[in-house]
Amino acid sequence: MKIPSSIATMLAGIALTLVSLWYGQNHGLLPVAASNEALLVDGLFNTMMTISIGLFLLVEGVLIIAILRFRRAKDDTTDGPDIDGNIPLEIVWTGIPAVIVLVIGVYSFDVYSQMGGFDPNAAGDPAVTQVAMTGEGDYAAPLMDGSNSHGGHHHMALGIGASPEKAGQMADLTVDVMGLQYAWIFTYPETGIISGELHVPQGKDVRLKLKAQDVIHAFWLPEFRLKQDAIPGRDSELRFTPTRAGDYPVICAELCGAYHGSMVTRMYVDTPEEFEAWKQQQIASRPDINEVIASLDRPRTDVDYLTPYADDMGLEPEMLRSLHESHAGAEVLTQSL
Amino acid sequence: MTQVDIPASVPAQPAHHAEAERKWTDFFTFNSDHKVIGIQYLVTSFVFYLIGGALATAIRTELATPPSDFVSPDFYNGMLTLHGTIMIFLWVVPAGAGLANYLIPLMIGAKDMAFPKINALAFWMIVAGGALLLSSFWLETPQSGWTSYPPLSLVSGKVGEGIWIFSLLILGTSSILGALNFVVTIIKMRVPSMGIYQMPLFCWSMLAAGLLILTGTPVLAGALILLAFDLLAGTAFFNPTGGGDPVVYQHMFWFYSHPAVYIMILPLFGAISEILPVHSRKPIFGYRAIAYSSMIISFLGLIVWAHHMFTSGTPAWLRMFFMIATMIIAVPTGIKVFGWLATIWGGKIQLNSAMLFALGFIATFVIGGITGVMIASVPFDIHVHDTYFIVAHIHYVLFGGSVFGIYAALYHWFPKMTGRMMNETWGRIHFGLTFVGMNLTFMPMHELGLLGMNRRVAMYDPRFADLNVLCTIGSYILAVSTVPFIVNALWSWFKGKPAGDNPWNALTLEWQTTSPPAIENFEGIPVLTTGPYDYGKNNEDLEASSTDTPVLSS
Ligand code: HEM
Ligand SMILES: [Cu+2]
Ligand SMILES: [Cu+2]
Repeated sequence: MKIPSSIATMLAGIALTLVSLWYGQNHGLLPVAASNEALLVDGLFNTMMTISIGLFLLVEGVLIIAILRFRRAKDDTTDGPDIDGNIPLEIVWTGIPAVIVLVIGVYSFDVYSQMGGFDPNAAGDPAVTQVAMTGEGDYAAPLMDGSNSHGGHHHMALGIGASPEKAGQMADLTVDVMGLQYAWIFTYPETGIISGELHVPQGKDVRLKLKAQDVIHAFWLPEFRLKQDAIPGRDSELRFTPTRAGDYPVICAELCGAYHGSMVTRMYVDTPEEFEAWKQQQIASRPDINEVIASLDRPRTDVDYLTPYADDMGLEPEMLRSLHESHAGAEVLTQSL
Repeated sequence: MTQVDIPASVPAQPAHHAEAERKWTDFFTFNSDHKVIGIQYLVTSFVFYLIGGALATAIRTELATPPSDFVSPDFYNGMLTLHGTIMIFLWVVPAGAGLANYLIPLMIGAKDMAFPKINALAFWMIVAGGALLLSSFWLETPQSGWTSYPPLSLVSGKVGEGIWIFSLLILGTSSILGALNFVVTIIKMRVPSMGIYQMPLFCWSMLAAGLLILTGTPVLAGALILLAFDLLAGTAFFNPTGGGDPVVYQHMFWFYSHPAVYIMILPLFGAISEILPVHSRKPIFGYRAIAYSSMIISFLGLIVWAHHMFTSGTPAWLRMFFMIATMIIAVPTGIKVFGWLATIWGGKIQLNSAMLFALGFIATFVIGGITGVMIASVPFDIHVHDTYFIVAHIHYVLFGGSVFGIYAALYHWFPKMTGRMMNETWGRIHFGLTFVGMNLTFMPMHELGLLGMNRRVAMYDPRFADLNVLCTIGSYILAVSTVPFIVNALWSWFKGKPAGDNPWNALTLEWQTTSPPAIENFEGIPVLTTGPYDYGKNNEDLEASSTDTPVLSS
């Protein structure tokens, strides 16, 4: 095999590069990006898409050309040329992928760090913090202290913490998120608001502290390119700044039982005024905390789970009822809540 | 390279009393002939493929519409769990073991595997484990996916989960016994004239896969036994309510189950490296590079497991380490792919069914490989983890990389196994349907995942309905695609055109004996006359010699 060097190959190479560059920027495959973190991830994705399309076209192109050009004639019983290696060529195609993954690796590292992946304080994970906090004192308020990143324990984050510019600062808003079969419960510790929907103010630095009550759930905001498991017995967090007002799905991404698919709610990114108004209204009509707890403890049926989503999912009421009748078994499961 | 230097001497003596000694009932006994066992494995795993495929079709039928209306949500999760488990542990892994059983002794000139009785035992454990798993349909289906993460697996039904655990323990043990056999056979039982670098690449890849099985599977067994204690005896290794740590299970589970994808795919990498040179009449390009890359993949495969846990309980430094380690695997894999492309480039390609599936393997596996590098990138994986993007990725790897590879291998070695040719026309129809169906089913899933559809859901947001309809249509085409294959295989087995000993004029040893081979494979000890891929090395002789054994003259 001779190293392709003809004009045709060069032209093909240029065309391939142009197509990849164009598609990498114009694929339109991702939903809107509603935070700065999301824009970072999208930049990375576009780069990877460019390289991927190039590689994809290269390999499929070689396959197709080979099939077209090198078919055996019907009565040709001879063999092809006995070429079984070419060291320079092999070095080139070992080197190029190595360089590509190096570039993607460094870029990913950078994006992850800008998103706040290395914030040493992100974890409230007891097992981990015991190590990280040795000699550090109370971990309930470490965010006040920028000097926390010490010793060999710089990277103990479980989740995404503060971005480097915000390192050591308190978040503007902290919300406790509890995942349970099959709902997300949001508690605003400052105001005591408890809600099934998440409201956050646009442009503010938001910190979500994730916990799970029963099984593992995963908190996913597709428009924010953020996801983190909520694991029983461990704490984790997600910290981000929503930049685009609107409402976005909140999805549970980790299989958590029969109704995993219905564990969906919404996150509203409000303007600061709207957010204030929502807060006041919630405080005014705040349900008794005991009531909320009681309602969570009451065994629920399939219908209870699905009713809030019936509209979203195009479920018919009759269908819900039939579900209820035929699958009382699921209730047993849910009683373990 | 080295192959040329092999001293030419007497060709292997094929034994000519094959078929008379084999009865069809042998296939239903504790027979210890590696060829019987190989076919037992292949047929059994194909039956499980049909069961797993029927489940996949049912899953896709449910997903044709957004609400959960075809089966109940719990049964959906049961089907999903069984689909994943069956496809991995009862189809791809045993099919690879079946090929290895059939081919390794033949390829290295041995009479049988190193431990024939253990070999038979390993096969029958597949039947036992599979039957146990299927019994869950009548008792209680396991609910927590083929990953079976606690605490979910501890709270969603003891019977189903217990069945799942014990069936996997049986299947894992079988896999270990099989691997032990492959590794010892390859290392110890080659004919004296076959050095390690004259060994066919399939043997290299089985060596790599075998070592991986021996390292990884015991850890899975450990995880499963601890999980069984938590489930049945109330211990709290993984149960957070008793102070256990569910993340430890994930580490143990993935320590095996990530290498498992290489356990599944390495044998097929090997098969493709056998098939391409024969049907393009060229030596494999970069024999040593391909051989070493199998070993490197096997080693790296052991240190990347936590890339399944980027959104779980892993600290940042761990995420970065596993990101880099994972990306590096792209390099040896790339070496293989480029080596294959260079092998067919400039060759004399015969596009028969085996070759079509082999090329289809490359064409689709590449897509899975590329998305694999993408999801190795932590920030991007955070977005797509546990979404349909991952479902698309695993199926491009496991369908493109495994099922296409298995089909290629079946078409290629069918004449050896049965002494008859398969029908080419039906083979091409089979390929066309499989290729179209596969891409239609799984390509749209990439977009579904990016947009926001999570995996393992029976009900989903109606805005994803259109793409899901495409996937479902694709899955029906895939279901239909198995029909021409089954009819062709059965018909050809009994009535197909007699194949002769070496219909492809291939050079590896298994083709130098009768088809099907006699019970002890070769008469006497075969001696290598050529390297495994010396196509075109002696073109002049070739043209001059008679057509029946041209490749052996030298
Ligand atoms: C025959 C065509 C196939 C179709 C239509 C199909 C379809 C599906 C679907 C729809 C899912 C569910 C994804 C989810 O909800 O998370 C799935 C999961 C899966 N499939 Fe397939 N599949 C097919 C073949 C295969 C093959 C050949 C393999 C392996 C060799 C395989 C391995 C898996 C695995 C490991 C999962 C994940 C299961 C889990 O998440 O618990 N599938 N498949
Ligand atoms: Cu959940
Ligand atoms: Cu869930």
